[in-house]
Amino acid sequence: MKAIYEKPQVFTDAITTYCGGCGHGIVGKLIAELIDELDLRENGILVWPIGCSCLSDRYYNMDAFMSLHGRAPASATGIKRADPSKFVLCYQGDGDMVSEGMAEIMHAAIRSEKFTVIFINNAIYGMTGGQMAPTTLEGQYASTAPAGRKELNSGYPVHMAEIMGMMPGVCYSERVTITSPGAVAKCKNALRKGFQNQLDGKGLSFIEILSPCPTGWKMAPLKAMEWVDEVVSKEYPLGLIKDTTKEEN
Amino acid sequence: MGEKVFMQGNQAMTESAIRAGCKLFFGYPITPSSEVPEYYANVMETRPEEGVMFIQAETEVAAFNMVAGACATGHRAMTATSGPGFDLGQEAMSFMSAGDIPAVIVEVQRPGPGDGEILAAQGDYFSAVKGGGHGDYCNLVLAPYSVQEMCELMQESFDLAQKYCNPVVLLTDATLAKMRESVELPGYKEAPDPKTVPNALTGCKGREPHKMATCGDGAVQWEEFNARLQEKYARIAANEVRYKEYNMDDDPDIILVAYGSVARVCESAMKLAREEGIKVGMIRPISLWPFPDVAFEGKRGKKFLVVELSAGQMVQDVKLAVDDKRDVHFFGKLGGTTPSPKVVLGEIKKLL
Repeated sequence: MKAIYEKPQVFTDAITTYCGGCGHGIVGKLIAELIDELDLRENGILVWPIGCSCLSDRYYNMDAFMSLHGRAPASATGIKRADPSKFVLCYQGDGDMVSEGMAEIMHAAIRSEKFTVIFINNAIYGMTGGQMAPTTLEGQYASTAPAGRKELNSGYPVHMAEIMGMMPGVCYSERVTITSPGAVAKCKNALRKGFQNQLDGKGLSFIEILSPCPTGWKMAPLKAMEWVDEVVSKEYPLGLIKDTTKEEN
Repeated sequence: MGEKVFMQGNQAMTESAIRAGCKLFFGYPITPSSEVPEYYANVMETRPEEGVMFIQAETEVAAFNMVAGACATGHRAMTATSGPGFDLGQEAMSFMSAGDIPAVIVEVQRPGPGDGEILAAQGDYFSAVKGGGHGDYCNLVLAPYSVQEMCELMQESFDLAQKYCNPVVLLTDATLAKMRESVELPGYKEAPDPKTVPNALTGCKGREPHKMATCGDGAVQWEEFNARLQEKYARIAANEVRYKEYNMDDDPDIILVAYGSVARVCESAMKLAREEGIKVGMIRPISLWPFPDVAFEGKRGKKFLVVELSAGQMVQDVKLAVDDKRDVHFFGKLGGTTPSPKVVLGEIKKLL
């Protein structure tokens, strides 16, 4: 009998701690598939953040570094500079990257660090219980913005993929989502591109993924998927922002 | 040992670090430690065959976390900073001790609090020795008092960090950092192959994956995690106490206690006192944690004069180590100036 679907080999048997309808799990599986397909398990180091994905080392049967809040790009810098032969993946959420660790991601991009960054943007703090993130939309409810985010008090949503696209040290920046099978396929292509750029010794690759947080948003999972497509992606347009590797080819 | 040179403390110490196989330096400039990143940056350009990698980090926060990442791969890496920068590294100090990361940090003390001054001080004793970060952890803290000792302890710091899988702080001060002395530079040492370093992240080919994680999984697991850390600290405390005694043979009445640059002043003050017939000895702690409690055993009835460039920090550990804390006296200097031997002699005479 021919298997038509198998669990990625790099996955352990651990059960994830993600809520139903969360996007982390889908992205996590795409990462695992690419690790298998590109044969990265034995020569890779995964750098995880603080946030909902902070137990991710348990899901992958490979070396991992669980960094401090916001500091993943700095620790990934230390790892990649110490051993440039390793594939280094830096995975962060919006609170971790855009709030606590804005300096670290900006300077990793400024230095054109040769690793791949995945940015999960769900416009809210998931693990700590639905507080406002720098990427929370104007008017969006959060437990620390009970009347909705107001620009007068909290300013404006941050567009990371565009900011990264402006940095000369970033070779590739794209914003994708995972709200439909087609979107998942596009997401995987973007991730593959970001992984391959690192294997080719190119500069920093940045993939922003709009992801639903049904628990934080207080929505049913399907409704949360729709909200990504109908509302979140209006603030954060999907698509390729920068690809200098195309110009080279 | 290598060649004899006349060299600045920071520079000789940095040369010793490179010769100890520390090829990775991540740091942010701050007076009085800036010669260290400058030295690494120069060696990266002028001695390319040595494979030195230097990054001027955006902040000390990033520098400490870069060191954490680099050391986690089994390579030797370090940073150097001064008080305000060491403050910014405290989150990472707690993290690296919990995560068994063998980092080496040079802390060149200058006077605080706040922005402070850039002269010599010893007011960061608490933050280095007591652990300035969160949770129950310990740094192994070594305090040299000459350029020669800076070089030797610099090299030894890497061995100790990897032996115990724990951060080591080399605690100096602006006087030692800027002072030029005749020094015999230590020779080149081979750093261990990263693949032989415990739990190094080298890619999991042919072995179980290594995980550098300090994230708890419930109270039971976290209590066990902490118990394992406490065993590590107990091993360090049992094996790494260092100190030097001076003029203890004739049962002195007064014992000076000092570390770092001010211990040099106390050494001179001790000689002046002896010339006047006053029996003075000295204890110089070299490991500040673990503190040399053992040096104070069996010295009941002596008068201890603790001299620090602070408002009184190490003196608390001396009080814990002696039989009767009423025997402990303190003389401190704040602001950045160092007392002369005559001033310390005056303090000795007050105890007669």
